[in-house]
Amino acid sequence: MQSIVESSRTRDTFTLLIFIAVVLTAPIWGEFIGAGYPDLLQKFAIFGLFAIGYNILFGLTGYLSFGHAAFLGVGSYATVWSFKLLSMNAIPAVIFAVALSAIFAVVIGYLSLRRSGIYFSILTLAFAQMSYNMAYSVLTPITNGETGLQLKSSDPRVLDAALGVEPQAVPLADLFGITLNGYAGFYFCAAILILGFWLSMKIFRSPFGMKLVAIKSNQTRMEFTGFSPRPYLLTAFVISGVYAGLAGSLMAIVDPLAGAERMQWTASGEVVLMTILGGVGTLFGPILGAATIKYFENIFSAINNQVLESAYSFMPEWLSDIAILLTRPFVGEGWHLMLGVLFMAIIIFLPGGIIEGVRRIGGIFKKSKQIEEDA
Amino acid sequence: MDAILLQVLNGLDKGGAYALIALGLTLVFGTLGVVNFAHGALFMMGAFVAVSVQNLLTISMKVRDTSITFFEAYKETPYLEVWFGDVGTTIIDYSVPISILIAIPIMLLIGLAMERGLIRHFYKRDHADQILVTFGLAIVLQEIIKANFGANPIPQSAPDIVAGSAAVGALIGAEGIVYPWWRLIYLAFSLVVIGGVFAFLQFTTFGMVVRAGMYDRTMVGLLGINIERRFTIVFGLAAVVAGLAGVMYTPILPPDYHMGMDFLVLSFVVVVVGGMGSLGGAVAAGFLLGILQSFFSMNEVKEILPGIDQIIIYLVAVAILLIRPRGLMGKD
Repeated sequence: MQSIVESSRTRDTFTLLIFIAVVLTAPIWGEFIGAGYPDLLQKFAIFGLFAIGYNILFGLTGYLSFGHAAFLGVGSYATVWSFKLLSMNAIPAVIFAVALSAIFAVVIGYLSLRRSGIYFSILTLAFAQMSYNMAYSVLTPITNGETGLQLKSSDPRVLDAALGVEPQAVPLADLFGITLNGYAGFYFCAAILILGFWLSMKIFRSPFGMKLVAIKSNQTRMEFTGFSPRPYLLTAFVISGVYAGLAGSLMAIVDPLAGAERMQWTASGEVVLMTILGGVGTLFGPILGAATIKYFENIFSAINNQVLESAYSFMPEWLSDIAILLTRPFVGEGWHLMLGVLFMAIIIFLPGGIIEGVRRIGGIFKKSKQIEEDA
Repeated sequence: MDAILLQVLNGLDKGGAYALIALGLTLVFGTLGVVNFAHGALFMMGAFVAVSVQNLLTISMKVRDTSITFFEAYKETPYLEVWFGDVGTTIIDYSVPISILIAIPIMLLIGLAMERGLIRHFYKRDHADQILVTFGLAIVLQEIIKANFGANPIPQSAPDIVAGSAAVGALIGAEGIVYPWWRLIYLAFSLVVIGGVFAFLQFTTFGMVVRAGMYDRTMVGLLGINIERRFTIVFGLAAVVAGLAGVMYTPILPPDYHMGMDFLVLSFVVVVVGGMGSLGGAVAAGFLLGILQSFFSMNEVKEILPGIDQIIIYLVAVAILLIRPRGLMGKD
C-alpha cells in the first residue's frame, strides 16, 4: 500500500515539474504556434487559472455554477481599488482581491447551496446577474458604471506615498520595482497559475477531494457514512470562487481597469465551456480547454473577408464564393456563433472533452496493438 | 392612490411577460423534466418574427415624390402602398397583430424541431448536460439573430388605433390616470393565453393525458398511450406561448438579440419563487414579481433605497428559498 502511495507521489511530482517547465517555456514554444506574445500568454494563464478553480467545484462535485463571473468581477474591482487607495504593488492587490472574493463566495455559496441540481444553477445565475445589475446601477460610485473603473494620477495610494514611491504618469502594476506588463506580467500570472495547479492537484489527491467526488457520485450514501456534504460543498465553492477572484485580479494587474461586462452571464458560460472542452474533472483538462479557446479566439476573431479570400484563392472563383459564404458567419465578429456550435457539439458528442478524445484515440491504438500481439 | 394604481398596471404587463415565459418553462420541466435554457431564445425569436414580418411588409420601391417640383425627388414607398393604396397602409400598420398569426405556425415548427432534433436525445442524461446543451443552443440562436438583424434594438409600433393612452382612471373616478392601450392589450392577451393553456390542460382529453403523464409517466405509458408524442406537442405549445409573448412585447420594448437571456434569468427566478413544476405558481409569481418590481421602481422608494428596483426580484427569490424552499405553490 505504502509503495502505491509513494509511486503516485513521485508521479505527481513529475507531472508538476513537467507542468512548470511547459508553462515557463511558453514564450518559446508559443513562438512556433503563433502565440508568442505576452498578451495572449497572459490570457492563457489567467483563464487557465479560472478554469482550474471552476473545475474544483464542477468537476469534482458536479454542481454546475452559472455565476462564477461575479467573482471574476469582484476580484478585478478589488484589485483596481487597491491600486487606487493603497499601492501599485501587486501583492496587496492580490491579497485584497482574494479576501473580498472569498467573502462574496461564502455569502453566495451559503445561500445557493441550500438547493442542489438545477436550482443551484439558477440561483448562482441569478446572483451573478444581480451583481452585474448592481455594478451597472447602484454601485456606480464603486464600479464607475458603464465607463469602468480606471486609475488616475490623482489617486491617493497611501502606502506608495508613505514609502515615497514616485507616482508614474501612466500607472502600471509592479512587484517591488518590476513593472508587471509584457513578459514580466506573464511570469507573474504563470507563477500564480503554477501555484493554483499545485493546490488543485493536492485537492484532487486529498481526502477532502475524495469527499467532493463522493458528493458527485452519491450524496445520500455519503450522508449514511456520517459526513454532511454541505460544509465540503461550501469549502469547494469558496475555493473555486477565490480562484475566480484571483483570475480577475490578474486581469486587472496586467491591464489596470475593471468593467462590469466581466460579470455577465456570458463570461460564466465561457468558463463552463473551457472546463468541458478540456475535460471535466480532470487535472489538465480545464487549462487545456482555456488555452485552446483563447488561442482559437485570437485566430478566428481576426479573420475578415480579405483573409478568407486569400485562404480560398486556390479554388475556382465560384467555389471560393460559396466557401466564403459558408465560413464567414463563423469568423470575425461571428466567433461567438462558432463558440456556441462548438459548445453544443462537445456536449452532444464528446462530454468528456479533449482528454476523453485523446483517451479514445489512445484506446483504438491499444486495441489494434493487442490484436497484432494476439495474432 | 393614483400612483399605486399606475404601478400595479405597470407591474401587470411586465408580469404578464414573465408569467408567459415561466409558464412555458414550467410546462416543459413538468412534462419532459428538462430545464430549457433556450426558452428565452424562443421569446426572442418570437419578437424577431414580428420584426421580419414588418420588414417583409415594408419592402419598398422608389417612387417619384410629386410634392417636390423643382428637382426630381424620389422616396421609398412600400409595394403594399403602391399596389393597394390605403388598404396597404393599414396592413402595414397592423404588422404586429398579423405577426401573431404568422408566429404561431413558425414557433410551433421551431419548437417541434428543437424537441425532436436535440432535446429528445438528452432525456437520459443528467440535468447539467441538459442545461449546458440548451445554453449552447441559446447562444447559437442569439448569434444567428445578431448576424442577420444586427446588434441594435429595432423599434416596432403598435397599430395607430391603439397607439394612444386609455383613460383607465375614469372608471374608478380618478380622472388623471392614463395608461397606454397597448400595455392593457398585452395584459389582456397574456391572461387569455394563460387561460387558454389552462383550459386546454384541464378540459380536453389531450390535456388530461398530459396531466396524467406529468404525474406518473411510466404508468401512462403502460396504459398504451404514446406519451412521448404528446410531450413533444407540449414542447411545441410552450414554444408558441413564449413566441407570442415575444411578438406582443415588441411595441413595448424594441427587440434586440439578447432580450431573451435578460428575460430568461428573471423567468427562472419566477419559476423558483412560484415552485418548480407548479403551473399556477409560475403564473402567480410572474404577476406578483412584476408588480413588486414596478413598486420598487417608484421614485419615492428609490429615494430611500437607491437601486432597489434592480435587485428586488432576486432578494425575494433568496428570501423565499430560505424560508420556503419549495416555492409559493410547489409540492416538493
